[in-house]
Amino acid sequence: MTDEDLPEELASGERRPLARLLTRIEAGDRTLREALPALFAAGHGAHLVGITGPPGSGKSTLVNALIAGWRAAGKRVGVLAVDPSSPYTGGAIMGDRIRMMEHAADRDVFMRSMASRGELGGLAGTTWLAAAALDAAGYDPIVIETVGAGQSEVEVARLAETTVVVEVPEMGDEVQAIKAGLLEVADVIVVNKGDRPGADRAARQLRAMLSTAGGRVERKPPPVMVTTATTGQGVEKLLQAIDSHQADARSPDQARARARNQLRRAVSDAAWRSAEASPEWETIVQSVADRRLDPITAAEQLLEDRA
Amino acid sequence: MTDEPAARTAPIRVLIAKPGLDGHDRGAKVLARGLRDEGFEVIYTGLRQTPEMIADAAEQEDVDIIGLSILSGAHMALLPRTVTLVRERGMDDVLIAAGGIIPDADIGKLKEAGIAEIFGPGTSIGQIARYFREHARRPSD
Repeated sequence: MTDEDLPEELASGERRPLARLLTRIEAGDRTLREALPALFAAGHGAHLVGITGPPGSGKSTLVNALIAGWRAAGKRVGVLAVDPSSPYTGGAIMGDRIRMMEHAADRDVFMRSMASRGELGGLAGTTWLAAAALDAAGYDPIVIETVGAGQSEVEVARLAETTVVVEVPEMGDEVQAIKAGLLEVADVIVVNKGDRPGADRAARQLRAMLSTAGGRVERKPPPVMVTTATTGQGVEKLLQAIDSHQADARSPDQARARARNQLRRAVSDAAWRSAEASPEWETIVQSVADRRLDPITAAEQLLEDRA
Repeated sequence: MTDEPAARTAPIRVLIAKPGLDGHDRGAKVLARGLRDEGFEVIYTGLRQTPEMIADAAEQEDVDIIGLSILSGAHMALLPRTVTLVRERGMDDVLIAAGGIIPDADIGKLKEAGIAEIFGPGTSIGQIARYFREHARRPSD
């Protein structure tokens, strides 16, 4: 089995080759380099749907309900669920599966837990490559669930075509709705736990504040909907909102913005690999450690050497 | 592809699952938390799992180790069945261990059925972590 066969193995619908590939991607396995162009070429252009929001807002339960809807429509669904790694031990507990186990045995749902492994934007550094692997394996849509996010973990919006921000009725007052950050990147806003008091009021406040926008960023305000993920209430409308947003997300401007983000990742990875492979690497590390050279000049030297 | 040197090994991935119908997952959660603190990536799947669900989850997650916690007394039915399903999915080198209330008389039979080790009450997290590091298919650094 060589990497040349990877696209074919992924297309077979077998889970094991995909699962092994994701492990190699997560580990930063450089022997995969040769196989990556074919992997991207094998992609079908799946709809990438980001799900983000605070811890405990019901993201995983909502994803579970969305999977059921997409499965009823005959779609094969991929899920990447990211949970935080410990900054001290590197360990992690990933519990997103607990809410989704009813789909575990469904051959047309592939769900993978990823630890953030030191990244702070709400995703892991390799999530975008993992999404490319799921795309090559024919899953569409692909859901990317972030770590429980506060206000500024907006990395998912750079990767996903459609970003759903999940809030709860107790999210706070109107000022929360006009702060910069997470709500700003939402293509769809969900007030989940709609069976709790105040859900409709929170949704009304969000709508009112978001429609007063009209700042530098010209875009129509995102729809705000109320769901109860545990009962499925409102999920049908959310599915429609996500599906209908896909067309907007495919505009040339949006496509370029996502390409720019992919390149940002790829360029920094390539620069890093190149710098590290430099014969000067250890010498320059020592110079920076000894404070004889500043890291910015060092980086420029390393990259110039390799050019 | 990441900022890590190629030689650095990734964390060991462990699936902690509770097969069967007993509703007590305190031990499983304490273990999950303890392994997290030992640097493992732990995927916890929650209560009342069938062997099929556990095997399917392990396959998608490509874990190195499956830890089965069982207190219900149904271990002789559920544990060998889980081993069979995991191996059927081609995961030949995944370590499968069990913990919980399992009588000494059953331990030999479970090991014959492919359960690598059985951790009874009183086992420390450190002992389990050490065992996992020594026996996982992917040795940690």
